[in-house]
Amino acid sequence: MSESVVHVSELTKVFKVPEREAGLRAAGKALIRRKTRDVHAVEAISFDIEPGEVVGFLGPNGAGKTTTLKMLAGLLYPTSGEARVLGHIPSRREKHYLRRMTMVMGNRNQLQWDIPALDSFELNRAIYRLRREDYLAMRDELVELLDVGDLVRKPVRNLSLGERMKVEIVGSLLHRPMVLFLDEPTIGLDVTMQKRIRTFVSEYNQRYGATVLLTSHYMADVEALCKRVIVIHHGQILFDGALANLANEFAAYKTIGVLLEDGSAELDSYGEVISRDGDRAVLRVPKAETSRVAARLLSEHEVLDLTIEEPPIEDVIEMVFAQSR
Amino acid sequence: MSSRAASLPEEGRLRSLVDFYSTQMRTSVVAQLQYRAANYFYMLGMVAEPVIYLVVWSTIAEQHGGAVNGITAGQFAAYYIVWTLVRNMNIVFGAPFWEWRIREGRLAGDLLRPLNILHYDLAYFAGWKFVVVGLWLPIAVGLSAVFHPDLHTSALEIVVFIIAIWGAYFVRSMFQATLGMLNFWTTRGAAVFDLYMATEMLLSGRLVPLALMPGWVQTLANFLPFKWTFGFPIESLVSNLSTRSLLLGLGAQVMWTVIGYVLFTFAWRAAIKRFSAVGA
Repeated sequence: MSESVVHVSELTKVFKVPEREAGLRAAGKALIRRKTRDVHAVEAISFDIEPGEVVGFLGPNGAGKTTTLKMLAGLLYPTSGEARVLGHIPSRREKHYLRRMTMVMGNRNQLQWDIPALDSFELNRAIYRLRREDYLAMRDELVELLDVGDLVRKPVRNLSLGERMKVEIVGSLLHRPMVLFLDEPTIGLDVTMQKRIRTFVSEYNQRYGATVLLTSHYMADVEALCKRVIVIHHGQILFDGALANLANEFAAYKTIGVLLEDGSAELDSYGEVISRDGDRAVLRVPKAETSRVAARLLSEHEVLDLTIEEPPIEDVIEMVFAQSR
Repeated sequence: MSSRAASLPEEGRLRSLVDFYSTQMRTSVVAQLQYRAANYFYMLGMVAEPVIYLVVWSTIAEQHGGAVNGITAGQFAAYYIVWTLVRNMNIVFGAPFWEWRIREGRLAGDLLRPLNILHYDLAYFAGWKFVVVGLWLPIAVGLSAVFHPDLHTSALEIVVFIIAIWGAYFVRSMFQATLGMLNFWTTRGAAVFDLYMATEMLLSGRLVPLALMPGWVQTLANFLPFKWTFGFPIESLVSNLSTRSLLLGLGAQVMWTVIGYVLFTFAWRAAIKRFSAVGA
């Protein structure tokens, strides 16, 4: 097996958060003695990511996803534990490391607001010490891949959210990073734009063999890009493995879709009827009983078609979080 | 690791730094030119402060037989008109703006880039100077027409002045950046920043030419960084300082720049460990 690009061992981040009760008296007390509370944002997590992998980092708000990404990008100092990316310790923020990685934050704009993105790209060329010919080739390639066109000539403030995200991504990848930390890159974008960005990430990964760690609340992003997912909740890893295995491990039920000859047949005794549309019905059935229920349906009714499926990934993730409460 | 994932080759370090400064300065000029009217209003606001000082001191000088402590109304005019240029030159990324930079997530973006953060600010504001100096010229001509400055200067003084206004820029940049580190420990650093600004006003020659201050204040000012960011650059052009004083002044600027840089480096290393990047 090749050496891991990302190695995380027992990584922990604890924030000290000031807190006090409401009111004048509490405010007065806080002047003399300030109370703080330790918030364990990330608690002793460990994982490795191999070269060229695209890994989905999933969890609800406040789970510790972004904190982990920020520690890996060198923005935050870990409280304890070890993180290594491309052989570097991120918190040291060595220039050689920063030239080989990037972090895109979907809710943050890193380009200059008042001027066209082309000017910001030019600045990034100078910051990353790129040779002009390499910069121009990479810029044009990214502009074409993301179908950015003349948007780069408009002041950034005049771009829509989706357009801004596309030029933001171009700016972040001009130095051709080997590791991409993508924090909600499709947040707030319409479906078409989400798809465009997904396709781009996949294309970039295949073209350059880059390693990608992605957080997203959109399961479509994860399903399209990630064979492997890491699920984190309350700062702890609940699951690390193939996306396909997530449902096997956590889903308590499967869905059975049936197309019946007789649309009026009573189906409540087979499981929970999720939907019914004429002759077509979808049932939710406990996982252990799936085979038995399917056999009963086939033997007791005239079945024209029958499919057994895992529940939607959104539901599975919800089950993972529910089981950890 | 896949060879396809190899990073792009890099240019040499020194050449890249020069390239960065020229690119960032150009970017700054481009950004400023987007807001021509705002820049002019800013300049007019900036001129209001010295014009008030100038009118007050000119009036006092006239009431005292034409001079205060040997400084004539024409010399006050020269002092405060040069003041306007020096003030524009020593505007830097101020300490209070570090709070904005942290809160808006700008710092996180800057930290992801392989360059010392001081370079961004130094280069950006250096570029901005070219815009404001261009805007300052007609204002200086107007002020000269109204207040008739008494200015006799030599070639050496002009050369020293040009160097000194950049020296003032570097000294002030270092100390404001160091002070800005306070934002990593508290979100209410305004009181400290105000105290610093008030001290600077008094001991730099901004509010009153240092020649009008008591002797002990002048002596104290020699041993602090403030004078070298305001009074010295102005006096290098308007006060006929000796060659020795001019060179000592430039030396003091170099010394305070180095001291400021060392202080910033220590403060930055401690500060960045406290950075929580919340919301960024």
